[in-house]
Amino acid sequence: MKAIVCVKQVPDTSGVVAVKEDGTMDRAAMATITNHDDLAAVEAALRIKDATGCKVVVVSMGPPPAEGMLRELLAMGCDEAVLVSAREFGGSDTYATSQILAAAIKKIGVEEDDVIFCGRQAIDGDTAQVGPQIAEKLHVPQVSYVAEITVEGKSVTVKRLLEDGYMTIKVATPCLLTCVKELNPARYMSVGGIMECYQKPLEVYNYETLKDDPLIDVDTIGLKGSPTNVYKSFSPPVKGAGMMLEGADKAAVDKLVGLLDEKHII
Amino acid sequence: MVLTEKQQMLRKLFRQFAETEFTDELLDRLEETGEFDRAIHDKMARCGFLGVKIPVEYGGQGGDSLAYAMMVEEFARVSPVLSIYANTSNSLGAGPLLYCGTEEQKRNYVIPVAKGEKILVFALTEPGAGSDAGGTLTSAVQAGDEFILNGRKTFISGAPFADYAVVYAKTDPSQKGSKGISMFLVDMKLPGVSCGKPEHKMGIVGYPTSDIILEDVHVHKSDLLGPLHKGFSTAMKTLDGGRLGMAAQAVGIAQGCLDASVKYAKERKQFGKPIAKFQAISFMLADMATEIEAARQLVYSTAVRKDAGDPESAKLCAMSKLYAAEMCNRAAYKAVQIHGGYGYIKEYKVERFYRDARITSIYEGTSQVQQMVISGSLLK
Ligand SMILES: Cc1cc2nc3c(=O)[nH]c(=O)nc-3n(C[C@H](O)[C@H](O)[C@H](O)COP(=O)(O)OP(=O)(O)OC[C@H]3O[C@@H](n4cnc5c(N)ncnc54)[C@H](O)[C@@H]3O)c2cc1C
Ligand SMILES: Cc1cc2nc3c(=O)[nH]c(=O)nc-3n(C[C@H](O)[C@H](O)[C@H](O)COP(=O)(O)OP(=O)(O)OC[C@H]3O[C@@H](n4cnc5c(N)ncnc54)[C@H](O)[C@@H]3O)c2cc1C
Repeated sequence: MKAIVCVKQVPDTSGVVAVKEDGTMDRAAMATITNHDDLAAVEAALRIKDATGCKVVVVSMGPPPAEGMLRELLAMGCDEAVLVSAREFGGSDTYATSQILAAAIKKIGVEEDDVIFCGRQAIDGDTAQVGPQIAEKLHVPQVSYVAEITVEGKSVTVKRLLEDGYMTIKVATPCLLTCVKELNPARYMSVGGIMECYQKPLEVYNYETLKDDPLIDVDTIGLKGSPTNVYKSFSPPVKGAGMMLEGADKAAVDKLVGLLDEKHII
Repeated sequence: MVLTEKQQMLRKLFRQFAETEFTDELLDRLEETGEFDRAIHDKMARCGFLGVKIPVEYGGQGGDSLAYAMMVEEFARVSPVLSIYANTSNSLGAGPLLYCGTEEQKRNYVIPVAKGEKILVFALTEPGAGSDAGGTLTSAVQAGDEFILNGRKTFISGAPFADYAVVYAKTDPSQKGSKGISMFLVDMKLPGVSCGKPEHKMGIVGYPTSDIILEDVHVHKSDLLGPLHKGFSTAMKTLDGGRLGMAAQAVGIAQGCLDASVKYAKERKQFGKPIAKFQAISFMLADMATEIEAARQLVYSTAVRKDAGDPESAKLCAMSKLYAAEMCNRAAYKAVQIHGGYGYIKEYKVERFYRDARITSIYEGTSQVQQMVISGSLLK
């Protein structure tokens, strides 16, 4: 078997989010990190590699600097990397992104006992759409919110997180799993891994590489191929000063509950 | 120096590891118990840190001196004592073996040391032979296939939990000074080997240091390391690399002091404003940052030149250690000063840095010894 992991490079939203004058996010001004859920997916794949010796291929669609992130994943122990990068792919929404990633995965080749991994969602787009859409386009079964994985031959048993519990699902390979970051903490790169990562294969798939795939069409990729378009972006209003409620009686509590309800907090 | 992508990646890994794994809870425990923490040692081993600059064929990661220096620096920035955990095996531990061990010795000793399975320490200093390491009194007398060792080593980092020690002993008493000294690989479990009690140190608490006592210890001749009577030059060569590591440690400690000071100076208010707004304080920060950067560049370029076989590298390593250690002590002094009374209290990081900083100008050759090496090379 082999494991194919889709990984996205995202702006680091843990610190200050840089916003441009027109209100959209200033990606260039922010540090980039590897999406947390995707690191959990990489770790899951590497643990299967530790146990079975299978190959792990990481795929990312993004601008050329995403290569740095892919090298780091190779330094963690992944075997091959594919960077999907072309001007034509820019501005893609989730439909177009998954269209392109599915074509790239077909190009890598999906065999009978392969498993494709995605993160549950990316912290910038926050849609959680791409994984399931790739699965649809590849016609493979999918399980989302995966928190535990056991591989047995041509099937995989996973624990799928629900809001109030979990379900255990057995799924035939090839299949696609979207992982949550709680699945397992990602390992560090190793010094030896860093020494070797520039010798490992890193291929770039551009428009030329993928254009013969039926999924790749001017009407299905990039800004033009996106059925949705971001019409407006803006920063949420900053919270004003805090408010003190007088009194320690039922009336004060009722007032508090009323205010929280008004703001849809409860 | 402009770092390559690979070097930046290494630094990112070292920084990430130190910031994540060297928790306050762990650091406080080391300080309280003074004991060696096997768990963090083993975790470092799993990431390959114990063999950063040991060749791949001997179980290491095949990195260079710069990778090693960056590791010690980044670790010391968070925890000077934990930087020693990863340092020993790379420098004084495997160093003498890599310089002059036989293929069999390298395979038997370096591989487990690089992987962190065994701990090997460096035992040169004696109660009467510190800066004057040539004054070694420990003796090794050949008897058939064995050497019989007698003597006492002092201040040996890691001795209480070591598996092996590289011990320097006089094999030819007729030769004066540093001549007639040989190196031996001594298994710490051999009959006649014992350790003194761990010293109560001012700083770097959590990496025990003790005496090693040798009483009629029989060492097989296959554990003679390098040529007979010629061990001292290997010790000196090993110390070049070790000094570079200790210079990197000093840079890391100083950087830790600066980080804490910048943060504190922005937060602490007196006379109605943050103390960072007072020029006397902000200029101290500027001086610290400038000296740190100068020391760092000296260490990094020395690492590269040493690996390239620069004939000046012994002098450059001594300069790195001299400058970085003295600079580190100045930075630690200023860091405590900027923190005022709070800097004198153990809850604040800089108090520990201040004590840890003090050792950097003493071990692996005092600052005066570095000055002797540097001036000796200028005036020869
Ligand atoms: C309508 C719309 C228009 C957009 N237009 C633009 C635009 O003009 N410019 C722009 O910069 N962005 C744009 N985006 C954002 C960007 O295209 C999306 O972030 C992207 O489609 C992925 O969606 P997501 O971040 O929500 O990922 P999710 O669906 O939340 O991601 C789930 C998982 O899918 C995988 N995955 C997602 N993306 C990738 C990837 N690129 N490579 C590998 N694996 C991946 C990862 O495993 C990830 O964890 C747009 C988004 C939308 C919805
Ligand atoms: C925590 C710790 C860990 C150590 N770890 C190890 C270890 O793992 N292995 C090991 O072998 N050793 C180790 N040492 C020993 C260390 O290297 C010595 O302490 C150091 O070399 C100084 O020797 P000394 O203490 O005998 O000082 P001395 O040599 O007695 O020096 C006293 C003072 O005199 C000065 N001085 C001496 N000679 C001259 C001169 N000719 N000109 C000018 N000034 C001079 C010195 O600079 C110093 O200021 C360790 C020491 C400590 C404290």
